[in-house]
Amino acid sequence: MYSIDIKGLTKRFEDKTAVDDLTLMINEGELFGFLGPNGAGKTVTIKTLCGILKPSSGVAKVNGFDVTKDADQVHKIIGLCPQEPAYYSYLTGRENIEIFGNFQGVPPKILKERITQLIEAVGLGADADRRAGKYSGGMVRRVSLAMALIHDPAVAFLDEPTVSMDPQSRHATWDIIRDLKRRGKTVVLTSHYIEEVEALADRVGIIDKGKLIALGTPAELKERHGASNLEEVFITMTGRKIREES
Amino acid sequence: MNARRVLALVGKELKRIIREPANLFMVIVFPLILTLAFGASFGAVGGGESKYNVAVINQDSDLNGVAFLSTLARVEVLSIQNYTDSSSAQLDLQQGRVKAVLTIPPDFTTSIQSYKQSPDAPSKWHNATLSLSIDKGSMVASAAIPPIIQQTLAAMTQATARAGIPIKIGTPTLVDAQKISQFAYMAPGLFGYAAIFLIMIVAQALTTEREQGILRRISVTSTTVGDIFAGHIISNLLLGEVQVAMVFAASYAMGFRPLGGITGVVVAFAAVLMLTISCVGLGLITAAFARNSGTATGISFVFILPLMFLGTFVPAPEYISRLVPTWYASTAIIIAGVIAFRRFGKS
Repeated sequence: MYSIDIKGLTKRFEDKTAVDDLTLMINEGELFGFLGPNGAGKTVTIKTLCGILKPSSGVAKVNGFDVTKDADQVHKIIGLCPQEPAYYSYLTGRENIEIFGNFQGVPPKILKERITQLIEAVGLGADADRRAGKYSGGMVRRVSLAMALIHDPAVAFLDEPTVSMDPQSRHATWDIIRDLKRRGKTVVLTSHYIEEVEALADRVGIIDKGKLIALGTPAELKERHGASNLEEVFITMTGRKIREES
Repeated sequence: MNARRVLALVGKELKRIIREPANLFMVIVFPLILTLAFGASFGAVGGGESKYNVAVINQDSDLNGVAFLSTLARVEVLSIQNYTDSSSAQLDLQQGRVKAVLTIPPDFTTSIQSYKQSPDAPSKWHNATLSLSIDKGSMVASAAIPPIIQQTLAAMTQATARAGIPIKIGTPTLVDAQKISQFAYMAPGLFGYAAIFLIMIVAQALTTEREQGILRRISVTSTTVGDIFAGHIISNLLLGEVQVAMVFAASYAMGFRPLGGITGVVVAFAAVLMLTISCVGLGLITAAFARNSGTATGISFVFILPLMFLGTFVPAPEYISRLVPTWYASTAIIIAGVIAFRRFGKS
């Protein structure tokens, strides 16, 4: 069984087709890198898989649960680290992680342990008890990641989790992502740092203008396009024209 | 709905109020300042009186009693109110509606006539006593009213005898009167007034969470819409009760005394509880229409202003006031006070 099974997924917004007839299967325990220029349809795809957006047509399943019909089941098994870190600025980092643990119904005893582990993993340390509103951009990202993973989800959607992080924080985040994979979790990772995806992902999909234009392991894609790295493949496939999100 | 999730949301909401100074001011400090300000402006403090209401019970059916009464009525600083029974006069004195109660005894005329027949023979006089009860709290009234009555008596009898007259004023009974100041009538409205601003608090909370993507993020967890609503309702009910407790304490400090005793206080808390639910509902409606927290603040005043001016302590025609929930809360508190007051025989 595929962890993520998308067949003919289309998402339209009035005059724009954000995702166009996307078919994609991601294996259980796979770390999948999802690449694309701004506005290509990565975030819309993730939002649809999380049940935030309803597909215009097509079917998407997460661990066998239909994202539209079985949204409650899907929400129990997924963790979303959104592109814009949404958090309560008046709560401390620890309280933000804790409240999301409560939202996901993590038993109190386990919750306490998980919070301690995650605070250590994301390197919050003593800052965990400061209000999140006072955090730097990188710290907020790290808290946001911990909030997404507090219930140890089977499938994690990490939408640009390392944006505005310093190298140390990025490496700490990569360690967390590798640990998820080691423990058999499915991870969908989007990032504009293509070398990051190349280093971490088992397979990579490149999406542009809502369509999946390339799919394979980093090695396969490089070989297919005679490129020395994944970024060359990306530029070859999507062009050099600057894109803006609409 | 899940109790743990709801509790987590309640805790989060209370922390938001406590930790964000603007919210803390609006929910806690503002109602306190308002109550203290109104208490100082409309409370029992100050208020010079130019006329004293005096209740008179005339038990003398003869002419002299009536004549004494009409003489008293001509005294400029007295406003004479005629009573037929002593208990209602005493009650009005207790409630501060009159400053004194004067009882003209049944043998008043007999006494006057005995004096007029033998003004220089006190042994032939029939002695009578006017009984007087005075508001203990009104120093001016207790000092001024007995001499005025004494002078009126003297004028009426045209007393010339050295021995005085056979009618004495009994030692005035000092009564601890209940002061009903304008503030006392306003206080129940102030209880509701504080809760009104919860509309804005709820609307801002929801729109801010929506703007920041938190609601969307929560929607990807097991949390339901019911959990979120319950979290807002319960946390704001707690806040509403804290507000009414504080406004009550501040009002008490400024001289407000609840007429309904403990029953009235319980009803006041219950009425504000119901009003708070209405305000949370209006806050949710506001959030549904507002695109951002700034707009939410503006739209919430569409509800806040009518609720404030039509249903709390500002006098407005009842047929209009009946359109807003605050009127029902304020009226419930006032009625509870009156019913309890009557039940315990004070009104």
